Amino acid sequence: MIKVDGLTHIFYSGSQKKEVKALNNVSLEIREGEHIAVLGHNGCGKSTLAKHLNALLLPTEGKVQVDDVDTANEADLWAIRQKVGMVFQNPDNQLVATTVEEDVAFGLENIGLESELIRQRVDEALACVGMTQFRDKAPHLLSGGQKQRLAIAGVIAMRPKYIIFDEPTAMLDPSGRQEVIRTMQQLNREENITIVNITHFMEEAVLADRVVVMDGGRIVLEGNPKEVFSQVDYLKQMHLDVPPIAELAGLLHSERPDITTDILTIEEMVAKLCP
Amino acid sequence: MLKDITIGQYLVGNSFLHKLDPRTKIIGVLLYMIALFTVNNFIGMGAMIVVSAFFVLLSQIPLNYFLKGLKPIVLIVMLTVVLQIFMTPGEVLWQWGFLKITDMGLRQAGFMGTRLVLLVSITSILTLTTTPIALTDGIESLLKPFQKIGVPAHELAMMMTIALRFIPTLIEETEKIMQAQAARGADFESGNLMERGKAMIPLLVPLFLSAFKRADELAIAMEARCYHGGENRTRLKPLQYTAKDRVALLALLLMLALAWATRMV
Repeated sequence: MIKVDGLTHIFYSGSQKKEVKALNNVSLEIREGEHIAVLGHNGCGKSTLAKHLNALLLPTEGKVQVDDVDTANEADLWAIRQKVGMVFQNPDNQLVATTVEEDVAFGLENIGLESELIRQRVDEALACVGMTQFRDKAPHLLSGGQKQRLAIAGVIAMRPKYIIFDEPTAMLDPSGRQEVIRTMQQLNREENITIVNITHFMEEAVLADRVVVMDGGRIVLEGNPKEVFSQVDYLKQMHLDVPPIAELAGLLHSERPDITTDILTIEEMVAKLCP
Repeated sequence: MLKDITIGQYLVGNSFLHKLDPRTKIIGVLLYMIALFTVNNFIGMGAMIVVSAFFVLLSQIPLNYFLKGLKPIVLIVMLTVVLQIFMTPGEVLWQWGFLKITDMGLRQAGFMGTRLVLLVSITSILTLTTTPIALTDGIESLLKPFQKIGVPAHELAMMMTIALRFIPTLIEETEKIMQAQAARGADFESGNLMERGKAMIPLLVPLFLSAFKRADELAIAMEARCYHGGENRTRLKPLQYTAKDRVALLALLLMLALAWATRMV
């Protein structure tokens, strides 16, 4: 379990060293096996929160614990980063090596595994994301979705319990986005890896077990997708889009009370309208 | 257009040279270079040409592919040859105005030209038969002993790897920026050298900005994947020194000795 407790992060920006509170007293529990989506518009602090979960940033106040280990504990730094993997937004800027399999091996080489073990884990990880046939290719020859799957393979080769996705689909085309989302769900269901998906795509958030909405460095709304997306007006106030079907359900609800506001998919809506 | 650069490319193969340890090949190239500058007469130079041809055969690289790789240096070789012919003092064979050809000039031009071509040939054989990863691993391993006197062996190798990884990405980006600016009327093709140089500034600024941003993000991503320098780092494919390498190294040393011997002739 990752436990975020009263987390505040302050950084100083610009030449005037203006104090910016990126996170303000955030508390959150991420349970094992969960799939969480963190929503919020730009600058709401969601990426800053993500970087705290694997000790890339340390709290100004409060604390973050990964399986009861404080991230501020420098001796446990590498153990924490191994346990909490991270996939970033830009698929190009997180691939280090000149071939696919060498890139997957990068993290394993850093933690000093033996060559045979590295080989075995690289093969497994590539098979898991369906990239085995590209093993000898150079990363720049892959498509965006493939690059992002490669980045995921590099993370799962480390056998993490948690993977933080920091807007992994923001720079991808629709088909690449689908590839990544499918891989993410498969990891959650089949490998029982805890997923934290930081995103601004509502259709991704709908797939999560729990949705956390952030604004101005605070968590303002939390609950399962049905609960969160039924609050159409509030989300719009937060400058967030609402899944179109949820918005439609909200509009219809005022005319026909039998259409509840917790409808999130087209199928549910069809079932309601044409029983 | 920028993508056509072939220097430093690896060609997949299964030849004797492909299978050699990269360290053997790097040392081999160094020994060859020493031999190349040791020989000082026609017999020696002829022998070096034969040796180089033997390497090309051994690498099983298609000849036309290999020759294509030599094209970019044609201009440099010609310039060197012309300068050597006209600038070397010696017994004048032919004179026209201030231009004069001397016997030493012809000899020097022949030697320097041949040396340049052979030098580029041997290094391109090295890169054509060695993957970039093996090459950087080899350099890292060879520099390891110098770490004690402050040579950052691992860091250099990591820098080379990242450079190799990002060259294609940055080339792609350069082309994109050029197209974007050409679409808004920028002109990279015409004008004199100064004007063309000036036209490059709006290209370089965004390119550098994005390169810095990439470096920043890459550093964070590397840290997130537990990178903490070369200490206790293992490799997916560790280098292996085999009997083949010993044979090759012996042969190379023999070549150097013979090259030295040709000086006595």
